[in-house]
Amino acid sequence: MAIDAAGVHRWIELFAQAMAEHREELVRLDTAIGDGDHGTNMDRGMQRALEKVAAEPAADPGALLKTVAMTLISSVGGAAGPLYGTLFLQLGGGLTDHPAGDVTSYAAAWRRALDGVQSRGKAQAGDKTMVDAMIPAVEALEQAADTGAELDAALHAAADAAREGMLATVPLVARRGRASYLGERSAGHQDPGATSTHYLFESAAEALAG
Amino acid sequence: MKKLINAHDRVVADALRGVQAAHGDRLRVSFDPYMIVRADAPVSGKVGLISGGGSGHEPLHGGYVGRGMLDAACPGEVFTSPTPDQMLAATKAVDSGAGVVHIVKNYTGDVLNFEMAADLAGADGVQVETVLTNDDVAVEDSLYTAGRRGVGVTVLVEKIAGAAAEAGRSLQEVAEIGRRVNAQGRSMGMALTPCITPASGHPSFELGDDEVEIGIGIHGEPGRFKEKAGTAAQIAERLLTPIVEDLPFSSGDRVLAFVNGMGGTPLLELYIVYAEVARLAGEHGLRIERNLVGNYITSLEMQGCSITLLKLDDELLEYWDAPVDTPALRWGA
Repeated sequence: MAIDAAGVHRWIELFAQAMAEHREELVRLDTAIGDGDHGTNMDRGMQRALEKVAAEPAADPGALLKTVAMTLISSVGGAAGPLYGTLFLQLGGGLTDHPAGDVTSYAAAWRRALDGVQSRGKAQAGDKTMVDAMIPAVEALEQAADTGAELDAALHAAADAAREGMLATVPLVARRGRASYLGERSAGHQDPGATSTHYLFESAAEALAG
Repeated sequence: MKKLINAHDRVVADALRGVQAAHGDRLRVSFDPYMIVRADAPVSGKVGLISGGGSGHEPLHGGYVGRGMLDAACPGEVFTSPTPDQMLAATKAVDSGAGVVHIVKNYTGDVLNFEMAADLAGADGVQVETVLTNDDVAVEDSLYTAGRRGVGVTVLVEKIAGAAAEAGRSLQEVAEIGRRVNAQGRSMGMALTPCITPASGHPSFELGDDEVEIGIGIHGEPGRFKEKAGTAAQIAERLLTPIVEDLPFSSGDRVLAFVNGMGGTPLLELYIVYAEVARLAGEHGLRIERNLVGNYITSLEMQGCSITLLKLDDELLEYWDAPVDTPALRWGA
């Protein structure tokens, strides 16, 4: 099993589907500590990305992800547009530069995506952002690469780690983004960005695992 | 939820159609991407000024496009930052070769999108200077947050920097004047009711009948704390004291006092607040040289107000008084 264009296309479809299905959940989470637009924006952006990918089918995973990135940058707005845009742009760039499609190259592409998101948004671990789901997932992928795990196992380990990272945002006090204005009042709520990122890893496992 | 809309996903497009119908003689409205541009842009030799942000704060920013203020505005979806492609298109539409100032309210989304747009414009050879507004004293502890939000002072920056650009000042000078306005201005807001975004259909936070929310932003985000509703005099003092202490403003300072409605509060009440602000300013020894009272940076139908004080000097005063001709702010023109 390797990461190929058909798999990435399916991943994009499943993530778009997840954003549509969980739109209200994300709106509710974002209303509690942000401005309530995360679900709507991600759903709109991913629907556009799907249309774009269908209209311009690409033969390699990197190009597909770059199309998603550019569409999100120009259609999502908010912080999520540039942050998810950067994520997909760097992830696509990583897969283009390391096209093996194995766990090692996939983990390296994700590390690059994480670095990109952190340099754009300046968020650190524990700031109660999407980075809190990304870091454990990327570390799980790297650990899988180090131990020579199969791609399927790596994808599932990443999805599980993202879920745990997402759940671990609940008690945190937000230090970035709009939720940070609430100070202590942001504790006790799950971060919407970490939640959508968890769905991204979950749909990757579903789409790319054999 | 009842609203004067046709469909919740067409709110921005339908409002822009209205702007075009009402002001098409002086403004150019683009629907792809969304932007409102001075009909005579780019103005030869003049530094361009653009701003943008989520919709729902009207008349900010589109209402301030015109001679003496902004050259273009980029509206996003309700309470959602616009996107870099809009900002890039607006930047190019207003650049006469003298450069373009981006006026950006300090919100993570606005900042990230404008940063990307400035990178793209720079790559296309347009000089861009960014003026970030972050005047909201309700955000404490800014080391551990996204930083203070840009609120009321944004209107004053657009007016004063806009006049400086109209007067032929250079890119660096216009940006410096904008930054000075931000540095010398402070604001704080409060809400009597939350607002309801058309997409969510739900109030943005819960507030009891006898409660007010102190320290709100302009996107329906809750404030720092709730308290029992008091009189207008008590609320004015609640907002003004932290503002005065923060800069700090001191006895003898010349100021512009701005009482802003959040969208759903009648002018009758805003003037009641202004009377208290004038009284309190007097007690602090501040000399109010100019004022602005009304709904200028709003949060949909939220009831409440914000207070902004700007420390004036001769130059800022001259540019404040300079002619302005926009849909929402007009004098001397």
